Amino acid sequence: MTVPALEITGLCKNFGALAVTRNIDLTLGVGARHALIGPNGAGKTTLLNQITGLLRPTAGRIALFGQDVTAASPETRVRRGLVRTFQINSLFNGLSVAENLGLADAAVRRRDGRLWGRHAGRSGLSDPIAELLERLDLLPLAAARIDSLAYGQRRLVEIALALALRPKVLLLDEPAAGIASGESARLFEILMKLPADIAVLVIEHDMQLVFRFAETLTVLVDGGVLVEGPVETVRADQRVRDVYLGRRHHD
Amino acid sequence: MRRAASYLPSRYDLALWGGALLAFFLFPKYLSLATTAAIMALFALSLDLALGYGGIATLGHAAFFGVGAYAAALCALHLSAEPLGGLAAAGGAAAVAGLLSGALILRTRGLTLMMLTLAIASMLQEFATVAKGLTGGDDGLSGYKIAPLLGLFRFDLASRTAYLYSLAVLLAAFLLCRVIVNSPFGLTVQGIHQNPVRMRLLGVPVTLRLLTLYTVSAALAGVAGGLTAQVTGMASVDNLAFSLSGNVLIMLVLGGVGRLYGAICGAVVFVIFSDRAAAIDPFNWLFALGGLMILVVRFAPEGLVGLGQTLSGRWRRPG
Amino acid sequence: MTLAIDGISFGMILFLVSAGMTITLGVMRVVNLAHCGFAMLGGYFAFALMHHFGLGVLAALPAAVVATMAVGAVLERTVYRWVYGRSELGQVLMTVGLTFVMVAAVNLGFGSQLHTLPVPGDLAGVVELQGVAISAWRSFLLAISLAIGGGLWLVLERTLFGARLRAAVDNPRMAQCAGIDVRAVFTVTFIAGCGLAAVGGVLGTQMLPLEPTYALKHLILVLVVVAVGGPGSLKGALSAALVIGVVDTFGRYLLPGAGGFVIYLLIVAILMVRPEGLLARPR
Repeated sequence: MTVPALEITGLCKNFGALAVTRNIDLTLGVGARHALIGPNGAGKTTLLNQITGLLRPTAGRIALFGQDVTAASPETRVRRGLVRTFQINSLFNGLSVAENLGLADAAVRRRDGRLWGRHAGRSGLSDPIAELLERLDLLPLAAARIDSLAYGQRRLVEIALALALRPKVLLLDEPAAGIASGESARLFEILMKLPADIAVLVIEHDMQLVFRFAETLTVLVDGGVLVEGPVETVRADQRVRDVYLGRRHHD
Repeated sequence: MRRAASYLPSRYDLALWGGALLAFFLFPKYLSLATTAAIMALFALSLDLALGYGGIATLGHAAFFGVGAYAAALCALHLSAEPLGGLAAAGGAAAVAGLLSGALILRTRGLTLMMLTLAIASMLQEFATVAKGLTGGDDGLSGYKIAPLLGLFRFDLASRTAYLYSLAVLLAAFLLCRVIVNSPFGLTVQGIHQNPVRMRLLGVPVTLRLLTLYTVSAALAGVAGGLTAQVTGMASVDNLAFSLSGNVLIMLVLGGVGRLYGAICGAVVFVIFSDRAAAIDPFNWLFALGGLMILVVRFAPEGLVGLGQTLSGRWRRPG
Repeated sequence: MTLAIDGISFGMILFLVSAGMTITLGVMRVVNLAHCGFAMLGGYFAFALMHHFGLGVLAALPAAVVATMAVGAVLERTVYRWVYGRSELGQVLMTVGLTFVMVAAVNLGFGSQLHTLPVPGDLAGVVELQGVAISAWRSFLLAISLAIGGGLWLVLERTLFGARLRAAVDNPRMAQCAGIDVRAVFTVTFIAGCGLAAVGGVLGTQMLPLEPTYALKHLILVLVVVAVGGPGSLKGALSAALVIGVVDTFGRYLLPGAGGFVIYLLIVAILMVRPEGLLARPR
């Protein structure tokens, strides 16, 4: 039994008297294809913030490939391979696509602090970045500034940025947010083509995407896990239907 | 973002620096002013690194200028009158000041950071006024002689040596800044300026990078201060004044924040105009300067260099 | 004991001048470094009125305040509009430029010597309080400042306008949707802030005498009060102003050389521990 890529046990987060994360357990094996769904306000992004280190949990444990990272800084977690995308694009808007990805590439190679040599905007695309851009069909946009791109294109750059960091565990926060259902086909393709050894967790509302992509599901309601398991099982679960149709469940 | 030039000098580069050299021959009576312009250009360059590229909002950069000035003066008084060594002392002392203060305050942002830089600079100014034994208090330090540069060039009253000396140091600093700005580090700090949270989530140690930038910036400001102490023969509390921090900020915005030539251009324009205008009428000069600042913010937010580039369309950008 | 009173009244003047700035910064998120200039203008307007019409300080006060608010209104419509969306640096530069213009204008009109506005005859004396002699004028200042502070609090917490203002601060877009004219609220707030500064400028000349460089000289202290108190927080500005006023007064008295040093050390200490300020509005 190999070490799971990401293991969360008993995670709790309280803001004063308000419990936004209740005793969550979640495990991602290497190569997992997992989706996290639930109604708005269920605490999905809060959970993500705790996993990535932007928010300190009140209790619980987070382990990356067996190593405890509960108290580790966000930077440390990224360097160990835990990468996320944002629901609202968080890019370097004044820089070009190539420079954005170049930053990630330099960071992953620990070269971002080098005071000599040329940076990504001046030295041309490195091989891994060029290949990544090609895979995502973004190569023609390499020199374009982020703030000149359309929203859908920026969404793709957001994912490209995460991939440029050579993640071992990838957390995608609503990658299809704001993308018209016609355009989401391209996004879906990219998701399906993600390397098999990356463990992927997707937060999504687009159920089409979720059911085609994910192998396992967690349903989050009111900060706690309602159901989890293989896609078909969860899909058929009456409680999940009730939640989405309005009848509340408390466990 | 600004396209930085390649390592080979462009025609534009050669024209500008050649012109600066030419000034030596064309304006022998104004070399003192030219020296001041060169020193302020270096000071503005140092601020551009921290503020223009890294986004570190500082209202107290004169602190490092002053530390450098006092360090060079003390070196000349007690250690050695050799100018280059004094300059090294100035840069080193300012770098230490930058490192210590940066480590303390760079975790904060925005208004808080501005206030902290202001408070630290003010503290240094008060300290310099009070510590008479070390700094000469309100009178400052003076009465030291600087040895001939490289053993050959004496510092004369016409500022001939002073100008070429300052120009050479400015050029060296400019080249250093260009290397830094073009390096992966340079892109990283620009990224930090634009989106510090994302930077952390790229695995970059943000505060450490900012600290490095701040220290380099402080060192260069210190070198500028050291130059002042050496060519004017004096270091005083004025070298730490808030008005100096304010002036260099104005110079930078005037010329164009985030552009190396912007810093130089803004400084030169500011020094020349303030010299001419202030001689005529100190308070009306304030009027003109204030009006100019308002207009620049409204109509030329990219500064004079930016305006020049916009107006002339496809200029080769100097960086 | 007199030192303490001095410190407190200094602090109160600081509060009056800073209150407007913290509200502008907290409400409109505009860094208005010209704020001290409005205090200065208020003082000079009063000076002119007293000189030309022989009025006393208290009689000249309302007119001076109104005049300053008028100037503020005009500037807000024109020059400030330009920088509302801009970066902090742009706002800093624009407002500093404006300050320079104010300084130059005042110098042109009034010359560069110091002026203080004479204390009205009835309040020039001394009041006995538990055996300690306190300047009547200082006590009056204290009372007025507290009254104004209380009035501000009332307006913010108990009136409709105050509620609208707080809504506009918390969430401008939502407030707009709820039918609140955010722009108008901001404008009124800005003008009121200028008026407050003018009050501080007029009443505080004993401690902060009028001179052309007034606008720049005291800017640092005002900025510090705002930053330490927490932008947007009136209570914070009051606490910070009092602390700074008292510490500065005592510092300058007890350690004549290092007076300023103590203040700045305190400021660094406070900001390092509470970077958002003493009582910042929770964001």
